[in-house]
Amino acid sequence: MAADGTFPLSASRRDILKTGVGAGGGLMLGFALAGKGAAQAATAKLNTYVSIAPDGAVSIMAKNPEVGQGIKTSLPMIIAEELDVDWEQVKSVQAPSDPALYGRQFAGGSAATPLHWDELRRVGGAGRAMLVAAAAQGWGVPAADCTTASGVVHHKASGRKATYGSLAAKAATLPAPDLKTLTLKDPKDYKIIGRSIAQVDTPAIVTGKPLFGIDVVVPGMLYATFEKAPVFGAKVASADLEAAKAVKGVRHAFVVEGGTSLDGLLPGVAVVADSWWAARKGRDKLNIKWAEHPTSGQSSRGFAAKAVELSKAAPLRTERNDGDVDGALKGAVKTVEAAYAYPFLSHANLEPQNCTAQFKDGKFEIWAPTQNPQPGRELVAKTLGVKNEDVYIHMVRCGGGFGRRLMNDYMVEAAWIAKQVGAPVKLIWTREDDMRHDFYRPAGWHFLQGGVDAKGDIVGWKDHFVSLGENGQFGRSAGMAAHEFPARFVPNYRYDLSLMPCGVPTGPLRAPGSNAIAFVVQSFIDELAHAAGADPVAFRLKLLGDKCLVGVVGRDAYDAGRMAGVLKLVAEKSGWGRKLPKGSGLGVGFHFSHLGYFAEVVEVKVAGDGAVELVKVWVGADVGRQIINPFGALNQIEGSVLDGISEALTQQVTIENGAAVQSNFNDYPLIRISAAPPIETHFVKSDNSPTGLGEPALPPVIPALCNAIFAATGKRIRQLPIDAAILGTA
Amino acid sequence: MAFKLNVNGKAHSADVDGDTPLLWVLRDTLGILGPKYGCGIGQCGACTVHVDGTPVRSCSLPVEGVGAAKVVTIEGIGADPVGKKVQAAWSALDVAQCGYCQPGQIMSATALIKGKAKPDDADIDAAMSGNICRCATYTRIRAAIKQASGQKAQA
Repeated sequence: MAADGTFPLSASRRDILKTGVGAGGGLMLGFALAGKGAAQAATAKLNTYVSIAPDGAVSIMAKNPEVGQGIKTSLPMIIAEELDVDWEQVKSVQAPSDPALYGRQFAGGSAATPLHWDELRRVGGAGRAMLVAAAAQGWGVPAADCTTASGVVHHKASGRKATYGSLAAKAATLPAPDLKTLTLKDPKDYKIIGRSIAQVDTPAIVTGKPLFGIDVVVPGMLYATFEKAPVFGAKVASADLEAAKAVKGVRHAFVVEGGTSLDGLLPGVAVVADSWWAARKGRDKLNIKWAEHPTSGQSSRGFAAKAVELSKAAPLRTERNDGDVDGALKGAVKTVEAAYAYPFLSHANLEPQNCTAQFKDGKFEIWAPTQNPQPGRELVAKTLGVKNEDVYIHMVRCGGGFGRRLMNDYMVEAAWIAKQVGAPVKLIWTREDDMRHDFYRPAGWHFLQGGVDAKGDIVGWKDHFVSLGENGQFGRSAGMAAHEFPARFVPNYRYDLSLMPCGVPTGPLRAPGSNAIAFVVQSFIDELAHAAGADPVAFRLKLLGDKCLVGVVGRDAYDAGRMAGVLKLVAEKSGWGRKLPKGSGLGVGFHFSHLGYFAEVVEVKVAGDGAVELVKVWVGADVGRQIINPFGALNQIEGSVLDGISEALTQQVTIENGAAVQSNFNDYPLIRISAAPPIETHFVKSDNSPTGLGEPALPPVIPALCNAIFAATGKRIRQLPIDAAILGTA
Repeated sequence: MAFKLNVNGKAHSADVDGDTPLLWVLRDTLGILGPKYGCGIGQCGACTVHVDGTPVRSCSLPVEGVGAAKVVTIEGIGADPVGKKVQAAWSALDVAQCGYCQPGQIMSATALIKGKAKPDDADIDAAMSGNICRCATYTRIRAAIKQASGQKAQA
């Protein structure tokens, strides 16, 4: 993963090949031979992913963490399709973190679909080929004369058939086929891929079965709470540990020295008790005094003032400089100058960070709701002085990911506390801990100038981006690529960069970078469209032009043809251009991220007091030729859209005196059902390999909403969250 | 002290301080893990249970306030015909994403339909606005409530 939380395709492509070999090798490595005699009753493991029981039940390992994106369902669906079994025979089994078997296991970058589409079809196809070979050998017929359907091998000529369950033990002893020579299904024959299939955990979810990290119970387990300084990384000066220990049920209270890296174990005070409530009550008695810290003076207001100051000075460096921007702006018929800003955001996973850990005989066993177990293992090993292989991680279902659980701070805290008390410990953060100790979506500031010529084309675009970072490096997730749209589509384009240091931990939030940049770019394009007197959709189509692919696939490719396709579709479906009453408006935005092309239209109604009501959202989406599970796909798109709307309308974390001001859902409101508009999604099934849906639907909705507000009120939103107070006409 | 509780039709005893929220008694003392901790201040609804049929935020109800009331959690709501229909609709439409809030959503939805057999959109907004879904599965929550109450689900 890159520092900004994205997964560069070039690296990913290399990893596919590596993983592909691993998985192919796994066909050989992975088996547990069914043994002799009684073995007939045992389940046979065909490869790393697939095991088949004599009764035909198929277990498929789900390699990646499940955070609500549906991957525990969709990746096994891909294998099951090519294995040619019925989905009803399949049990999806959550794999543990085991890089030797599964390669990288993470939930991020909407990467699982593009990374595994080819590989896992071949894993399934290889299993099928082994079962066919087993049947063909038994019958003394050529494998090529055999067919499969619903977990049964058929030999049409002789009318013979055999179930996978009866063949699996023998198949597991056969060599794995060459993955490259496998014949995969024609998509028209798909029976599982493309079907709306409920998540495999849905029955357990609706009946309240324990599934999540917070539900883990280990015999003899104690409960922990851990208080860290409001100012990120400040040390403990004093704490009344005895008062905490005096509370009934409290077993331990101690200071954790911690380190200085905001990514590692930070200083704090742990209280461990027989129940979590007792631990909390003990914590309330701690009366902690925190040491002074160099960042205790920082504030959101200070960052904003510094950004303005930096914008007026020469930039730290110029990231891109095409043509002659200053000349173009001078020659432009109309110019626009605008400053855009967006705040820190919290992930606010509904399941607060938690982790259960046990230290026994020099080894850790950890149950973690993590999106990214492997760096967690390394962090625990390094911090606690054990070897990586002495840290075993069970991946448990996450009550939301959104990028927060790519970081493993809670994991190292649980491990440290468990080791110190010598018993299994479940650490649960309070909501307040969670919101005050996030890796926040970084705030950012863009100072823009643009100009259009007499033909209504953008001739110049200049962005002085003031971001967070130091030593010439972006802070985590605070970057913007030099090829970010509309670079390469505007002849005279300059992107200047300045950075300011920041002691606030930052990190990837769903569609990192894009969730902010789309707002800035697509809003400013709208400003230029209006300056040119052009229709915002027509203006955008002209900007995309007749270019198709620009850039290099796997690095910085941008397919303007695909973007124009979704833009035209969403314009048509939303009835773009129709007349709306006063106070109502349509807005449009598009954005490419995570290999997905999305254009969205929002219809709003703005009341006299400035209250914004979302009437409807239309989504045009191009994630390639195949939707693997329409149920999950639509859920991800709708959730992303509402997530973006929620960010735009109400969310911000304010830093004052070095600490986060907001602490719970009363001062950090999330969208509720009453504010959620209907969403209509349309796909363009372009002839491209399928890509992920966890993120790319989010970015465009924010500018589409802001542009709709402009259409309704004539007021331009240049700062998030949207301040309804400035929209009122009353 | 020991509190006697009736949860999902069964008698339980919990030796805890009286100010312990019902949520933590259910989760840590009785091992009933369906109700979830989300905010601790009655803002998110993940901890929703029924107390004598009324949806209540168990994170904010001290156990000493429960008394002899009948507590029903997501684990027990399937015994109620309406609860069972709501669970079935949630499954059929595959409402959940991460699923963490859904026990609370289902408890609120069941109470809604038990109070009004055919809730309209405004009823749904009013009854369900106390339950946050961070994954924002609201479109499907609305559709599932319509389906469970025998109304045509929205497309």
